[in-house]
Amino acid sequence: MSVVSLIIKREFIAKVRNKSFIVMTFLSPLLFVAIAALVGYLASMKADTKKIAIHDESGNFISVFKNSDAYSYHDLSAIDLQFVKDSILNTKYEGLLYFPKVASLRDYESKIQYISNESPSMNFIGTIESLIGKKITEQNYIVAGLDTLAIKNSVSKVSVNLAKSSGEETVKGLNEIKIAIGGAFGYLIMMFIIIYGNLVMRSVIEEKTNRIIEIIISSVKPFQLMMGKIIGTSLAGILQFLIWAIIGFILFFGISTYFGVQMGATPALDAGMIEAGQAEMGSKMQLYIKEFLTLPIGTLLVSFVLYFIGGYFLYSSFYAAIGAAVDNETDSQQFLLPIIMPLVLGVYIGFFTVLNDPHGTVATVFSIIPLTSPIVMLMRIPFGVPIWQLVLSIVLLFSTFFLVVWFASKIYRVGILMYGKKPTWRELFKWMKY
Amino acid sequence: MSTILQINDLVKQYGNFTALNKVSLSVPTGSIYGLLGPNGAGKTSLIRIINQITMPDSGSVFLDGEKLKPDHIAHIGYMPEERGLYKSMKVGEQALYLAQLKGLSKKEAKIQLDYWFQKLEIEGWWDKKIEELSKGMAQKVQFVVTVLHKPKLLIFDEPFSGFDPVNANIIKDEILELQKNGATIIFSTHRMESVEELCDHIALLHQSNKLIEGKLSDVKRQFRTNTYKVGILTQDVEGLMVQLTQKYTIAQTNFKSLNDDLKFEVSLGESSPNELLQLLLQKGQVTHFEENIPSVNDIFIKSVSQ
Repeated sequence: MSVVSLIIKREFIAKVRNKSFIVMTFLSPLLFVAIAALVGYLASMKADTKKIAIHDESGNFISVFKNSDAYSYHDLSAIDLQFVKDSILNTKYEGLLYFPKVASLRDYESKIQYISNESPSMNFIGTIESLIGKKITEQNYIVAGLDTLAIKNSVSKVSVNLAKSSGEETVKGLNEIKIAIGGAFGYLIMMFIIIYGNLVMRSVIEEKTNRIIEIIISSVKPFQLMMGKIIGTSLAGILQFLIWAIIGFILFFGISTYFGVQMGATPALDAGMIEAGQAEMGSKMQLYIKEFLTLPIGTLLVSFVLYFIGGYFLYSSFYAAIGAAVDNETDSQQFLLPIIMPLVLGVYIGFFTVLNDPHGTVATVFSIIPLTSPIVMLMRIPFGVPIWQLVLSIVLLFSTFFLVVWFASKIYRVGILMYGKKPTWRELFKWMKY
Repeated sequence: MSTILQINDLVKQYGNFTALNKVSLSVPTGSIYGLLGPNGAGKTSLIRIINQITMPDSGSVFLDGEKLKPDHIAHIGYMPEERGLYKSMKVGEQALYLAQLKGLSKKEAKIQLDYWFQKLEIEGWWDKKIEELSKGMAQKVQFVVTVLHKPKLLIFDEPFSGFDPVNANIIKDEILELQKNGATIIFSTHRMESVEELCDHIALLHQSNKLIEGKLSDVKRQFRTNTYKVGILTQDVEGLMVQLTQKYTIAQTNFKSLNDDLKFEVSLGESSPNELLQLLLQKGQVTHFEENIPSVNDIFIKSVSQ
């Protein structure tokens, strides 16, 4: 067996047998599912309907409000306003919607009141405003002598069909799902780098403090040790991720079936919103599915693997070099910051810039720069990326990776035998020349 | 006598600091070779180069006549001064791993391990973790992993530190047995009494330079001062002293003796010990006559403080 595979095997076994690894592996999904179950449970509890009182002196608007799971509307127009106001303070009504009698319809625009001791949600107010606005608009049409049916029929909904010059059809909008898919992959890479990069660093520091390092590198090259360590740790990480995925899947579905709770559903969506959106939802769902099928899934998966390997190796070489340079974990902080920054930058650029303008200069540049490309490019891929950019980005990533590994192994070689001194950045650069 | 390790004009610099300045050594096959020197003399740098942990800036190293190359690690066993093992790894697994890194097959490593564990009476430790062992026990494991792959060149950096006298003796005997079976041993140490006892060759490094190298007896001969310790029973102390001081330099000395004799040290300069003896015999009964042989400690201190 070659020495590198021996090292990989040892690192893998050492990681997997570690108590905290075992605890983390089996506890994390439990915790995650427990939290999800709690949220689901709380959501199902929230079925408590909020009662809204309506005092409509005009009698025009009562018909606009339809009861839903979240809100029920009660017509209290017959009761004296002052009495209603006083009673809502201590009865079960959430709030009172008050329509005064006004001379002209225009006056409604500023005269309607919502009286409540608790501030209502923005969503709720927004829905009410749009419902009332619609109603008044309709009435304005009537007053102006317009044929409302004709107007309704003449409203046109335009859907521009997007297509690429290659003739391939695409669907517009739905950027959210694209960024969600790309973002999930990008985020996964970032998490993996941070968690397991740190493990690589810790294992380097451990060998240094154990002083076994001198014995090991009198048998193998520092470069072999470093690569073996990085690969062994990543294999342990992949195993952990797989276990998480499997346990998570089983628990998630097991519990959701058992409790009959739809944990994925966003809780307490506003009634009006749901009602208004319901019709669109059906067609939107189909669009989502259609869009999902048109995503470059093959490219995405292949790129994910490539960027995962390139990005992880690139960063963990940094981590290994830092581990070699310091004596203990506390000293590593000053060196870690510049490493985590591009990762965080990548995520921010991904979520803000890519979503707005997937092919803009900023998104394009950062998807090619090696330190951020694993995250940003993965977020861009669902939007369609020219093949030359993809190739350039991957080539750059891997050449940087080889360069960094070379530098890191230099620092590593010198650093692992240096004790008792917290090095400065300047010294690290000097070590490269030894 | 053949040479197992030939080092020519080795230079190693760290930035502006020179750790080794054109150091050349030759270690005879089958010898126990003491590598001496104060802290910071360059011993560790030299040992790391032999182990190919670091590369020299210039100069060359030959093992058994071949220029040092990566496969040679299989022929070298190294026990660094800073002992280290994986604390949370089991003794057996760890030893197997380290032996395999040195190029042994798993099967072969297992056979060797069984042999050594039995020999040092530590069979019961296989499944123990290093952190469960005492320091001395861990040292024994460390010794085993150093010699496991039957290296022809063994390098021990302060091998006896951390051992109690009983275990230090066991290890010493094992080292001597390894030498008898053909291994060459390089000792790096500050403990002069163990050098005196074990080494047949020594080299002295000081401030990145080699000061002395050679067979221990040759080095001692080189440092002999031609002084003799004398014990004599005489009536005429004054007369003797007058005669002696005319010819030689006399100094006070002390040694163990059962007689109530006069004790002094005579520096002969160019003259022969027989001349001195003749003079002494005329004056009384000689009870003690011994050449001052410089100890390794004397040589060390003398060379370093020059």
